[in-house]
Amino acid sequence: MKRFAKAGKKLIAAALTLAMCLPAGGCGGTEIIGEITVINYGEYLDPDMLDKFTEETGIKVNYEEAITPEEMYTKYRSGAINYDLVCTADYMMEKMINDGEFQEIPWELFKYRDNIGDKYYEFCRAFDPENKYSLPYFWGTLGILYDTTRVNGPVDSWDVLFNGEYSGEIVMQNSMRDTFMVALKYLGYSINTDNPDELREAQQLLIDQKPDVQAYLVDEARDEVVAGNAIMAVVYSGEAYLGHEYNNDLAYVVPKEGSNVWIDCWGITRNCEHPEWAAAFLDFLCREDVATVNFEYIYYSTPNERVIEGLDDEQRADASLVPPEDATDNCEVAVQASDEITALMNDLWKEFKSE
Amino acid sequence: MNENEVRSSKRAYLAGPYALWIAVFTILPLIVILKYALTGADGHFTLDNMTAIFSPIHVKAMWFSLKIAVGCTVFCILLSYPMVLAMKHLGLGRKSFSLFVIILPMWMNFILRILAWQMILSNNGILNLFLTKLGFEPVQIANTSAAIMIGVVYDYLPYMILPVYTAIMEINEDLIEAAKDLGAGSFTVFRKVIFPLSVPGLLSGTVMVFVPSMTSFVISDILGGGKLQLIGNVIEQEFTTGNNWNMGSGLSVALMVFVLISMAFTVKNEDQGRESVIW
Amino acid sequence: MKRLKDILSGIYIGFIALILYAPILVLIVLSFNDSRSRVTWGGFTLNWYVTLFSNKQILEALVTTVILALASSAVAVLVGVPGALGIHAMSKKKYKAFMTLTNIPMLNADIVTGIALMLWLVHFIPLGFGSVLLAHITFNIPYVILSVMPRIQQMNVSVYEATRDLGAGPVYSFFKVLLPEIMPGIISGFFMAFTMSMDDFVITYFTKGAGVNTLSTLIYGQIRKGIKPEMYALSTLIFIFVSLILTAFNVFSEKRKAKTLKEYENY
Repeated sequence: MKRFAKAGKKLIAAALTLAMCLPAGGCGGTEIIGEITVINYGEYLDPDMLDKFTEETGIKVNYEEAITPEEMYTKYRSGAINYDLVCTADYMMEKMINDGEFQEIPWELFKYRDNIGDKYYEFCRAFDPENKYSLPYFWGTLGILYDTTRVNGPVDSWDVLFNGEYSGEIVMQNSMRDTFMVALKYLGYSINTDNPDELREAQQLLIDQKPDVQAYLVDEARDEVVAGNAIMAVVYSGEAYLGHEYNNDLAYVVPKEGSNVWIDCWGITRNCEHPEWAAAFLDFLCREDVATVNFEYIYYSTPNERVIEGLDDEQRADASLVPPEDATDNCEVAVQASDEITALMNDLWKEFKSE
Repeated sequence: MNENEVRSSKRAYLAGPYALWIAVFTILPLIVILKYALTGADGHFTLDNMTAIFSPIHVKAMWFSLKIAVGCTVFCILLSYPMVLAMKHLGLGRKSFSLFVIILPMWMNFILRILAWQMILSNNGILNLFLTKLGFEPVQIANTSAAIMIGVVYDYLPYMILPVYTAIMEINEDLIEAAKDLGAGSFTVFRKVIFPLSVPGLLSGTVMVFVPSMTSFVISDILGGGKLQLIGNVIEQEFTTGNNWNMGSGLSVALMVFVLISMAFTVKNEDQGRESVIW
Repeated sequence: MKRLKDILSGIYIGFIALILYAPILVLIVLSFNDSRSRVTWGGFTLNWYVTLFSNKQILEALVTTVILALASSAVAVLVGVPGALGIHAMSKKKYKAFMTLTNIPMLNADIVTGIALMLWLVHFIPLGFGSVLLAHITFNIPYVILSVMPRIQQMNVSVYEATRDLGAGPVYSFFKVLLPEIMPGIISGFFMAFTMSMDDFVITYFTKGAGVNTLSTLIYGQIRKGIKPEMYALSTLIFIFVSLILTAFNVFSEKRKAKTLKEYENY
């Protein structure tokens, strides 16, 4: 056992040295003038860009990742860590703006703000009417990813999910908002409805659909279609692009009834003591070269028009990557529902799941 | 008080640091949870969050969780004993090597292993590939409760094998020999000697398997295809999408009480007094 | 008859081993897959093993994970083993109370423990590596106690008492009599704790500070976009590395055992 302990000590010592050398390696000779703490989704930024930013500006980035907006909000709300920058979903942006969690972005410090197309600032007005608090980062739609070789006819409506034709071959999202959204849109209602009856109707539709659904998945939905375990899945447009990369027979459609257009944004928190550093980071992300690298790391639709101009023709023609103008015509941005509606939706969802 | 008792009561002080640890890192956080459990969204005292466990949806989820947890525990016990006895029979028992072999798979990340199981069990998966190659009909296990069961048994089996293994390897060989000399057959030896002496390990294993399988949610989400709801899923959802910490806390406190009661019940039936590891 | 039993034992162990190692085989195969998707086979490649070593993020997370697991299980043993000995010596009532408390971290859903610890720890330390370490020790101790306790119960206390009666000091008796008796329990407790720490995601996620990543938090962050194939390569390397160490350890301890046996016979 003694021998064991000795070996252990050596291992810890070796590991400690390694741990100390590794982070230092990246910083090179840049002098650190300050640091910012950032929380973002997992795999939503090329980590090399963090080092690049530090090298250029001397501002160190403490980078934290979250998986869902709710988790992010939980960590934020606990006050355990003083985040300077948050990147989160549209409806969570709204909640945090309404709660006064953000400070105005100092747009005057930006050099590359206009790289982001006006259209996207307009999307943001759904929850940030004067574009004071949010910088668009990535966006997309929710739609159907399907295997073109295994469908019997054109897929252009949510109807394929509910008419029983593809029973047992459908993968739905295991997420309350997204799944309700599909049902509401199919029924012709707004995804932001505050009418309890419409929500109940949507719930009934989903309950009736349940036997036809193979699985409710979040992250693996795409893979199930790629692997041929299911014919179609409800996915985000960015997932669809990757799906197509792995399997050429797959196609993505935003159904004609309309869908949810989502947009993830950056905001500067009210606790941020150096908004100029935070702004420098955001401006850096808008710069063409950085945004391009990031785009190629993530492959979600970018609001950065300079990046879109630089794409090759094939990519620009890909509807899941660069949605055409009319694709978002019937689409709505999700906004934060009232507490009562959220609670009702939560109960309906639980009921539906326990069926 | 004789000398032994004095010594033993002195020995109790060894638990001092641990008692302090429990107080600071178990009891106090628990009070935080209790506080949430006993207040409503408006900040007033209420028992609603805890009694909510009796609503039909939650009862259904509880019942399903209970079935999974009991099934998982039973399967783990049934799989563990032959394993440990086989290891003992082949003389692999005393080597710490065999212990490592059982524990090693758990060093690979849990989520990666469960995703691997999904690839094995899915309709076009590896298992069905083998079955069709061998001329059998493919099976539809993915996204059913059977898949969840396979997942939890797989994940928690080592937690049963290890304590049972530790307990059985500890049994004095002379005892077994003596029983055999007295004419006991292998089965009688197992029933009269090995099994009773392995009970403490069995109980440790039961706690380590039953309790986590009751609250797991990742396995049911991935392997059950999100179609089946365990109580762990409900609690998780209250904390995340539902953003209702009070309800989430209330349900988990209720669950905790429930598990404590059911454990007490099992333990009482199994054994009396100090032998048991849990009580 | 004995032969048949040997064969059956072998087959059964093989069966359990197959269940335990099947998913790991899948991971190993995936590490050679020349596609970023886990569900399509793109041909054989060793590329991920190369890119793994230039991936700073993964290597840092690996180091953090290992240090965290080692440190938290070591502290858990240091607190848990005396704890178990102490609890064992208590009156029946106190014993019951303590064992119930011991089970509590395991009774709570991970997310509840994680959020409770986060809300609590924030009061006195900034979240960072330290807070994760405290949280891991907290959920590791019960595993140590549950592994050691059966040993203590099966232990022949009279041997310990006898050495004490014969005038041996408590420290001497502890190291010479008690410790060797409960050592297997301590080792399995340590490994159990180590394993739990390596595997945990939810509690780590809520108690960690910005910039601290373990392999699990890194992997969970990747699920949405697809697990990085480098992760499979890393898993394979860990697997091979640990297997090699175990084999070496095994051969070595067998040799030593043979040697001591010989010495004993000579004596």
